[in-house]
Amino acid sequence: MMNTIGRYDEFGGTYVAEILMQPINELRAAWNEAKSDEAFTKALFDILKNYAGRPTALTEVPYFSAKIKGPRIYLKREDLLHTGAHKLNNALGQCLLAKRMGKTRVIAETGAGQHGVATAAACARLGLTCIVYMGSKDMKRQAPNVSRMQLMGATVIPVENGSATLKDAVNQALRDWSESYSDTHYCLGSALGPHPFPEMVAEFQSVIGRECREQCQQQFGAMPNIVIACVGGGSNAIGIFSEFLSDHHIQLIGVEAGGTGKELGQHAARFYTATPGVLHGCYTYVLQNSEGQIAETASISAGLDYPAVGPQHAQLYKNKRVEYVAVADDEALAALQLLARTEGIICALESAHALAYLVKIANQLPKNFSVVVNLSGRGDKDLPQIMARENV
Amino acid sequence: MKKISRIEKLFTNQQKACIAYLTAGDGGIQHTLDAAMALIDGGANLLEIGIPFSDPVADGPVIQRASQRAISAGTTLKDVLWLVKEIRQVSDIPLVLFSYLNPILAGSQSDFFSEAKNAGVDGLLLVDCPIEESTFIRDACMTNQMDLIYVIAPSTPMSRIQYINEHGKGFLYYACRKGTTGVRDGLPDGFQEKLASIKAILNLPIVVGFGISNNEMAKEVCKIADGVVVGSLFVKALEDGLPLVSLSKLAQHIFAMNLNSD
Repeated sequence: MMNTIGRYDEFGGTYVAEILMQPINELRAAWNEAKSDEAFTKALFDILKNYAGRPTALTEVPYFSAKIKGPRIYLKREDLLHTGAHKLNNALGQCLLAKRMGKTRVIAETGAGQHGVATAAACARLGLTCIVYMGSKDMKRQAPNVSRMQLMGATVIPVENGSATLKDAVNQALRDWSESYSDTHYCLGSALGPHPFPEMVAEFQSVIGRECREQCQQQFGAMPNIVIACVGGGSNAIGIFSEFLSDHHIQLIGVEAGGTGKELGQHAARFYTATPGVLHGCYTYVLQNSEGQIAETASISAGLDYPAVGPQHAQLYKNKRVEYVAVADDEALAALQLLARTEGIICALESAHALAYLVKIANQLPKNFSVVVNLSGRGDKDLPQIMARENV
Repeated sequence: MKKISRIEKLFTNQQKACIAYLTAGDGGIQHTLDAAMALIDGGANLLEIGIPFSDPVADGPVIQRASQRAISAGTTLKDVLWLVKEIRQVSDIPLVLFSYLNPILAGSQSDFFSEAKNAGVDGLLLVDCPIEESTFIRDACMTNQMDLIYVIAPSTPMSRIQYINEHGKGFLYYACRKGTTGVRDGLPDGFQEKLASIKAILNLPIVVGFGISNNEMAKEVCKIADGVVVGSLFVKALEDGLPLVSLSKLAQHIFAMNLNSD
């Protein structure tokens, strides 16, 4: 592939229909202008602090650690952010940008519903019309979030095509945008899609890592030995990793959805096969068959249930800066339950994947190690699904 | 001396390009072959053969469903090239493959470009690969004497149209409205003025598609454009089970400008 703008080595780029090139060029120009404009960064800082509730806590979880014979474990508490996940960092940033660009309508895709809820909140707060595309399968399994979006005035449009999950919601949002770009901003929820989205979303999420570094310094006077985050599109992961990328002694681990098995269609672990391709605007690793048809994915976690990974993660995998692993549905569920019982924190099924990997490796780690897990969201949305499974 | 390509030949004739689109493998690849022959009988003088893709973000519901059916029927890139070869046996009209990038990338792991050329493909149009990202495909097409066809859209600024015109090959495809493919009742507001201003700065031929679904629209388009593309209407007709004889007649009716105008 080539070396055009918006690349992470060979990954990334801008693969969209011609109709969207001009809207994307306008967005890129507006973003480049906004990010160096003090008024914009100040407005973002203010709304993150006084509306969203930043900074979020860094919480040590000694009882959880004792149960798994682990090292010192700290959770970066994005579950405590307003609307219940890290997604609001990005939604507020993009909606502020949308207003600055004079857009009056915002569309978003959502899987677990967290990005949809965050965008609905940001739009309600900033006086923008909000439309959220959501796979009908996801609407069922994340029903509480659908009600929350609607309560905040958003219109939730069910998407029945394909697997009726996140991928199909993105397709529908892109189709909407190719018709509506004059007055509409597409608030993409993860660090993927065409340039400038991966860069922009990563920048909005980098607040997680910056706070985390400072909090580690305050609480234990050192940098963590390991940072772990779950990876769907990869925005919470890049948000916390980006701060530590140049500290090469810090081990960074991204955890994908291992679903129920290793066959194509049973998981959403892009790095199992690491097959490059183009989906939704960028060149990255994509789960697909030999004909280049995008594969169905499966995961207990709607937010990780997506066939492509953000292009920067593809680069970090290829240059081996980040280690990518996968855990199964059951392991994630068990980790969620263990955290709930030992520490009184109910995390999202997405974040539970990161925890579950730590559970697997904990007893091999030196006791004096400190490990940070990015607890990207809270689990209220998952209650119907969790209660439906046995052994709870 | 350079051999004149089939596409070049079509546009140097006085006739307008009557372009029909079909999704390959919808109803099985043999059915696509039969439909293609029916459309050629009905006056199509260039065929766009759609390679089905699981996530056709630039397409409306009609072509989305056709792609899904084609994939479910197991259609492969190999099948599409078989289809091209079969059409080539009996017809010398230009054949353009119409695809999203990912199936082509998957195919380019092997000898897709030379195989396509050998099968009789004249051009390639990639829906989700803007000119900036297309260098490697353009080179592969060039090596194999195929034209990489670019799309321009209502949002494309004039300066960019100029740039695409300079780098494009064969012809330009003007997707004349916002949004996705699909059957529409009329042409968008200000269409003639917009098209005329575009046409004035081009040296490549320009064809117009997206929503063209009757003879009046086609004629209106061809007052200025060098050709017209009809897609969703034919795909929908096949979905509805229209007999091939009637498909031929439908094409004949829509493409009736070449017979009438001269």
